Amino acid sequence: MILMDIYDTASWWTLVIAAQVVIGSAYFLWTKKKREPEDKLTYKKFNEWKPLPLVEYDLKVDEPPLMGKIDENVLNVGATSFLNFDKEPQIMESAIASLHKYGVGSCGPRGFYGTIDVHLELEERLAKFLQVEETCVYSYGFSTMASAIPAYAKKGDIIFADEKVWFAIQKGIEASRSNVKYFKHNDMKDLERLLEEGVQKKELHPKRRAFIIVEAIYYNSGKMCPLRKVVELARRYKLRIMLDESLSIGVIGKNGRGLTEHLNVPRDEVDLIMGSLEHSFATIGGFCAGTHFIVEHQRLSGLGYCFSASLPPMLTQAAISALDILETKPVVIKELDEVSVKLNKALDNLKHYTYSGHELSPVKHVYLKDDISHNDKQSYLKKITKYCMEKGIAMTTAAYLVDQEVKCPEPSIRLASNRKLTNDNIKQICELLDEAYEKVGPK
Amino acid sequence: MLRCKECKPVELRLSHGLSHPGQRHTASSCPLYVHVIDGRSPAMAEATTSQKCKDENERFPMMDWSQYDTFPGSFEKCSLMTAALTHVGMYLLMFLGFVNQLLFKPKVATERNREGYAPLYNPFEQFFSRYVYRRVRHCFNRPISSTPGAELTLKERHTDDYNWSFRFTGTEKRCINLGSYNYLGFAEASGPCAEAAEAAARRYGLALASSRGELGSTALHDELERTTADFLGVEAAVVFGMGFATNALGLPGLLGGGALVLSDENNHASLILGLRLARVAVRVFRHNDVRHCERLARAALAEGRWTKVVIVVEGVYSMEGSVAPLAALVALKKRLGLYLYLDEAHSVGAMGPRGRGVTDHCGVSPRDVDVLMGTFTKSFGAAGGYIAGSRRLVEWVRGRCHAHGYAHAMSPPVAAQVLAAMRAISSPVGLQRVARLRDNTHHFRRRLREMGAITFGHEDSPVVPMLVYTFSKMAATVERLTERGLATVGVGYPATPLNKARIRFCLSAAHSRAQIDRCLDSIEAVVQEVGLRYSRR
Repeated sequence: MILMDIYDTASWWTLVIAAQVVIGSAYFLWTKKKREPEDKLTYKKFNEWKPLPLVEYDLKVDEPPLMGKIDENVLNVGATSFLNFDKEPQIMESAIASLHKYGVGSCGPRGFYGTIDVHLELEERLAKFLQVEETCVYSYGFSTMASAIPAYAKKGDIIFADEKVWFAIQKGIEASRSNVKYFKHNDMKDLERLLEEGVQKKELHPKRRAFIIVEAIYYNSGKMCPLRKVVELARRYKLRIMLDESLSIGVIGKNGRGLTEHLNVPRDEVDLIMGSLEHSFATIGGFCAGTHFIVEHQRLSGLGYCFSASLPPMLTQAAISALDILETKPVVIKELDEVSVKLNKALDNLKHYTYSGHELSPVKHVYLKDDISHNDKQSYLKKITKYCMEKGIAMTTAAYLVDQEVKCPEPSIRLASNRKLTNDNIKQICELLDEAYEKVGPK
Repeated sequence: MLRCKECKPVELRLSHGLSHPGQRHTASSCPLYVHVIDGRSPAMAEATTSQKCKDENERFPMMDWSQYDTFPGSFEKCSLMTAALTHVGMYLLMFLGFVNQLLFKPKVATERNREGYAPLYNPFEQFFSRYVYRRVRHCFNRPISSTPGAELTLKERHTDDYNWSFRFTGTEKRCINLGSYNYLGFAEASGPCAEAAEAAARRYGLALASSRGELGSTALHDELERTTADFLGVEAAVVFGMGFATNALGLPGLLGGGALVLSDENNHASLILGLRLARVAVRVFRHNDVRHCERLARAALAEGRWTKVVIVVEGVYSMEGSVAPLAALVALKKRLGLYLYLDEAHSVGAMGPRGRGVTDHCGVSPRDVDVLMGTFTKSFGAAGGYIAGSRRLVEWVRGRCHAHGYAHAMSPPVAAQVLAAMRAISSPVGLQRVARLRDNTHHFRRRLREMGAITFGHEDSPVVPMLVYTFSKMAATVERLTERGLATVGVGYPATPLNKARIRFCLSAAHSRAQIDRCLDSIEAVVQEVGLRYSRR
């Protein structure tokens, strides 16, 4: 009876759909049974197969200078250990004590017995220091950004990023396979234009995840990000912000908490803070900080977090000890900032170079004034740094993979400020740069 | 000039500019036989010329696999009943999770101040991690407070809210460690390695705060690169500060557009990421299936649009415990003119009679593998990784990879630990470690088999996965083993397929036979209790 009822109420299109389902599944099952395409490799094809060699041409890589311990004989203004923590005995002793407790390696990823109590301590201490809910620690600075970005941004999302973000961020964006739009370096008007354009073209709408990625202090230019404006735009257009504080943590702000402290931006406004422990903390590794909701996600989705061995405990301990110093002696931050400002003043007087870098930025990029090609500039700068090295000051040209960068920055010497630089040192650096130019620079 | 036995001479120009007059170019007589300018190696020429062929359109013959060991590892299938129950169990878990989600939404699961924004996470991912993975969360990320050696000290945790959060109970538990990748037992807090690390830290500092290409190179790094190359039996090596980054940042330098990669389906996340960043086309072949790999390679050759074809495999697969059939892959690559990238993250140090990795184990010359990659995290008890091969290759990688100029140099104490461990492996005492690891592995695998549990992989692989299939059994097993003083790792989705959860044991040379036997007794009791006798052999 019931069956009869169904037939009565069913209209003709029900049968059409049923027929389609039957035909469709029959077709599906039929095609599945077909064998794999026939192997067509003939002698002729095989003889035509001429693979390129794996190494396509000989590549000559410049031998980098061999550093001993960054010691007293050479004044190192290339390494980015701004707070001079690489020489701090307190940090060294605690790291060595840690070595004798835990050994060197952690022998496993965080999930599988690679979580050692020092990792938890560092995460807790960093969270307290940065005044956020939670942090997670990565085992390599580069991988921090390159993993954190694709943990959130996925295919189909849209990212607005500064065109001079450093390489790790570029790679993170690439790995996320999101749609990316680069705005002009530090140009908020351009960002606003792009956002407006995105809304007009319906690329930016409340259903699509959107991110802004900026650096607090740009590694590739030394400029400071106008974070207040970024936050304002992000709130207006409903974007989430990822901020790379690698060069600003332990460097700017009264307590060294970075750009958010310096500009007095509430930390909640920035969704994710990323940073490296390889600069001012003078160890290895990186961290991400934010709310529990945000950071916890990386513990399962951050590739470099999940699938990599954790940071060696002794290096973790070094970061904890660095935090100890930052918290007990915030005067080191002030010392560094003073040196950075002085360095800017001194660089103003250079005869043959221009430079870029915010006065509080710990890195300054020194450029040649001459109007010559990229490669020439690079090779002259190399000669200049080599000359300076011989004269007892170690500095380095910024290394870029020209064909891989989104917008390759101009060749430059990247100077790193250091809280221990004296007025004499600064004078000496500037004089030597001019001297080197006259000796080996373009005539 | 290559003179073939049966056909007319085939002219070959070698890229190294040398000719070997009167000498036959084969893999064994000419060490540089791979570098051929017109792209055809003598092995390829031999493949065509030695077979008498008249008609060009004739099908190029397939490999004769009977001569090679192509054993992909033991992968016993479970009964249909088990498979069905596993699926039902998974759906049940999901369903309960779904109900749970409707009833209870904790504070941590909501984002503040972002109303009107697109949701940050994919709903399924979030559901899975909150309501399915959370049930077994206590089995992962367990903190320890000691060296991850033969034994470790677990810091015990307790949860008051069904695994949403944990608090430390303040107690500790000493467990035998079958979870860390400490294959040769070099994770030691004292001894020659630790002393070397201390000395290096005092000499060079803890980090150089610069990349290798800028101001981050020291004599120690150079020495490590030379020693690694010697250890592996190749010309040169370049080292990186992180094992994961070696693949993720090294592969983009090595390969570029126009290349096709044949990748094993079980390759590690870092290889997949590296290949994605290298922007190469990728085709996946079934795990350790050389025949499938050959079919894909032949199809690619027939297409004729790739500049090179690279096979990317791992030496020992960390989730399957299987060993790559290297001899067969090398033969395939030589015959078809492909290249081979071998990731030895889990095998270097742990495999082969001399601990030189899977090349040593399979009796393949390391020079026959185009790119050798590996990490220092596991057998050497340190951190970081290397890429090794010919000198030209290493320079090529150094000049083009992302790590050399951008990522900071390896920490000096870590480099010193690797050096000390590497030297130790070459000594008689070190070789004893390698032998002890093998003995432990054989013994362990044999006993597990006798218990009737399903284990995957090869007899010699120190990674021993024991199949438990369901999430719940994985958690139950790990819990019970911990109670009995045994620290192990359960692995489930997303690291394995949804219904193939397993317990993974990593053996170590640091374990004594007594410790191993104690472990096995505990495991036997748990296998009995939880019901893991799935094997039907």
